[in-house]
Amino acid sequence: MLGYLLRRLGWLVGSLFLAGSAVFFLLRVLPGDPAVTLLAVGSPPEQIEAIRHQLGTDRPLLTQYGDWFGGLFTGNLGDSLFTRTPVLEQIVDRLPVTLPLALSAFVASILVAVPVGVFAALRRRNAAGVAVSGLAQLGIALPIFWVGIVVVWLVAVQWRWLPPGGFPRNGWQDPGAAVQSLVLPVVTLTIAQASLLVRYVRSATLDVLNQEYIRTARSLGYSLPRALWRHGLRNGAAPVVNVLGVLLAGSLLGTVVIESVFALPGLGSLLLTSVKSRDLPVVQGAVFLMTATVLLLGLAVDLIQRLIDPRLRGQA
Amino acid sequence: MTVPLLDPTIAPPEAPVVAGARVRRGWSPSLVAGAVLLGLILALALVSLFWTPYALDQATPGGRLAGPSADHWAGTDRLGRDQFTQLMLGARTAVWVGTAAVAVAFALGLPLGLLAAAGGRIADDAVIGVVDILIAFPTLLLAMLLVTVYGASTLVAIIAIGVGVCAEVARLTRISASRIFTQDYVLAARTSGTGPIMILIRHVLPNIWHTLLVQATLAFGIAVIAEASLSYLGLGTPPPAPSWGRMLQEAQPTVSVAPWNVLLPGIAVAIAVIGVNLLGDGLRETLDPQLRRNRRAVKR
Amino acid sequence: MTTILAAEHLTVTLDDRTLVKDLDVELAARDRVGLIGESGSGKSLTALALLGLLPEGMRVSGRITVDGRDLIAAPDRDWRRVRGNTVSMVFQEPLTALDPLMPIGRQIAGPLRLHRGLNRTDAQAQAVHWCERVGLPDPERLVRALPHEISGGQRQRVALAMALACRPRVLIADEPTTALDVTVQAQILSLFDELIEETSVALLFISHDLPVVAGLAQRLIVMRDGRVEESGATGDVLRRPQSAYARQLVTSAAQVTRLTVGTVER
Repeated sequence: MLGYLLRRLGWLVGSLFLAGSAVFFLLRVLPGDPAVTLLAVGSPPEQIEAIRHQLGTDRPLLTQYGDWFGGLFTGNLGDSLFTRTPVLEQIVDRLPVTLPLALSAFVASILVAVPVGVFAALRRRNAAGVAVSGLAQLGIALPIFWVGIVVVWLVAVQWRWLPPGGFPRNGWQDPGAAVQSLVLPVVTLTIAQASLLVRYVRSATLDVLNQEYIRTARSLGYSLPRALWRHGLRNGAAPVVNVLGVLLAGSLLGTVVIESVFALPGLGSLLLTSVKSRDLPVVQGAVFLMTATVLLLGLAVDLIQRLIDPRLRGQA
Repeated sequence: MTVPLLDPTIAPPEAPVVAGARVRRGWSPSLVAGAVLLGLILALALVSLFWTPYALDQATPGGRLAGPSADHWAGTDRLGRDQFTQLMLGARTAVWVGTAAVAVAFALGLPLGLLAAAGGRIADDAVIGVVDILIAFPTLLLAMLLVTVYGASTLVAIIAIGVGVCAEVARLTRISASRIFTQDYVLAARTSGTGPIMILIRHVLPNIWHTLLVQATLAFGIAVIAEASLSYLGLGTPPPAPSWGRMLQEAQPTVSVAPWNVLLPGIAVAIAVIGVNLLGDGLRETLDPQLRRNRRAVKR
Repeated sequence: MTTILAAEHLTVTLDDRTLVKDLDVELAARDRVGLIGESGSGKSLTALALLGLLPEGMRVSGRITVDGRDLIAAPDRDWRRVRGNTVSMVFQEPLTALDPLMPIGRQIAGPLRLHRGLNRTDAQAQAVHWCERVGLPDPERLVRALPHEISGGQRQRVALAMALACRPRVLIADEPTTALDVTVQAQILSLFDELIEETSVALLFISHDLPVVAGLAQRLIVMRDGRVEESGATGDVLRRPQSAYARQLVTSAAQVTRLTVGTVER
């Protein structure tokens, strides 16, 4: 296990390095001078030069590359071109919106999808089970932002139950208002994520139901639901954990779209406005951070799977 | 369901074959339903090449945000432009971006997957590494990086979606191809001196193409949703070319006045995606030799 | 002696096909019945039908009585009181029949907690005891092992312990030695023999292997394509097979035996 852990950590460091390089070079080496694209057409050369200096693009590429990685180690991701504040500070400022949103949607979709998926598997041959699977299918086919717009229209505009979007200016100082403004975004993200998870839970459950040890349990007098409870939890968990990693990554990325629908000042909207204003250091930092999170989640999933299924431990 | 599907790192496990399942005869219902739904979208896209009810930028004065009527089958938008025309042209964008993105994904993913399966330990490790990195760059992030440099365009959307989906194509190709490579009949062919390229052509591709075709239909659905999402965020097809995603973005502020402007493009996306997913399910049932064999066995 | 488990005119159908037709079998204490036939002859389905465990979609008719009560149309709740308690089953492939992620002690203890209402500690103690009875080495340690950590023969011993834990009166064994090496097969067969003597459980032994069945059973039922070709005392069937199929079986088994014996002698 320790050898595996070390190998896996080495793999992670390598991936992080490659991902960091990819972000850096995609933004630098691709044709197009960021300084030129930043400015209006026909700006005077000295202005372009000033921007280049400010971006650091007038220095040799390798120096910039070294600076970028050096910065990653010291937590210095550079300054925003427009607000002149450190990128890391901007990102951290946005987390109180994005993290609660992503994590609550993640937890809520597990709470919804696991029972619903098991139900759909157990009742796969009658109307209720088929209806549930159909709904999940629909949830996967509908764009998340469309669901968000419709939810806002119904719940916030028509029925006026909750605010249609935005976040209190003073953030979590008024927890009631903050929670209220996150309810609809979380619901929307949950609808999308749970639909996806239902399908996986359903097929993982069907898979367990078809196993011979379930038949053995029944031959010993267990009812089907009890046999499933006794044997399904661990055996079904391994494939589902794999999906949960993807799901958490999806919840985080989903915030980009969700924050746009609900006008929330989170990490996703920071990234989106920075892309549109071509705020290179912010895009670079935020994308790298999200990528690193996805890679870390991958590692976490691998380790958890090994804890669940000891048969994997012997393998490389 | 935008974002997780932008990155399908894991394909849904195939429905397990239940022994003694009812025998299906003739056309599978999902194949037919999927073909009909997808055909509808394709027809809209094709017809839009020759004819649309109105010109795209033709605005009806005083007819803003009108509901569906005989003149405007899907109503008008906030500038008084015909919504049905936009839906038709949006279908064209969706089909084009979807097809092109799937082509990019397979052009990158298929060789990678085959290389991993056929090229020995080192090639396999290298490809797994590449796929891992690609998975860490979901379509959305990739699109953002590219848009920062190039600005939003249809091409950027196609590349971002194609590269985003290719990891899954490579993964699936690798798994299904290496499963074939370990079969006894491939071993027999190797022993009798057949080269790797011939084995690929004679044994591997004929046994995995149906899996890949099903994957292509799934990827198309993912690409359609991704295109709509990117356009909605302003990272995809730029104006004036219409896209279902941007129609939704433009209609969002007026949803309480003209809800149909929000409902219809969303339904169009859903029809395209459900259609292509059903088609994929139907193809799997019809093409998969494993499933077919089981069906025959039950008939006996 | 009173009948514990009996089937009359047992018939299993799927859609318009008949998979088992008109099978009769009767088991009283200490009875040993062998059910023999090639794969696809319906012998495993018969076993599942006798426990009310047929796959979805299959229909069963006739009578299945346990202690005189007809259970053919009984709800699952009534069947559950029988399964593992009055009638138990051992399956062919012990690796897949056991939960790969649950320690074997807990798997053996399960039915004891279910039917006997034992608490965790007592059930676990019984599990250790049963591991010992089925001849597993170092039972105290072994109960904590997972199925993939022990050998194939040991797994089948675990499956047998699970099936016998609640002291059922009928044991149905569906090809319990087929997945095992020949040497291990012999050990498991003698374990069966031993435990059946000790516990006076009635045995329905299902196999495609005539010599194996003939060595254990007093009566034989020969099946082919879902129909019973022949049934009777083992000696009678072996010496005077009535049906063409049974004759064929006996002759080929005799040839194989001669062949193997010849090889050993040389």
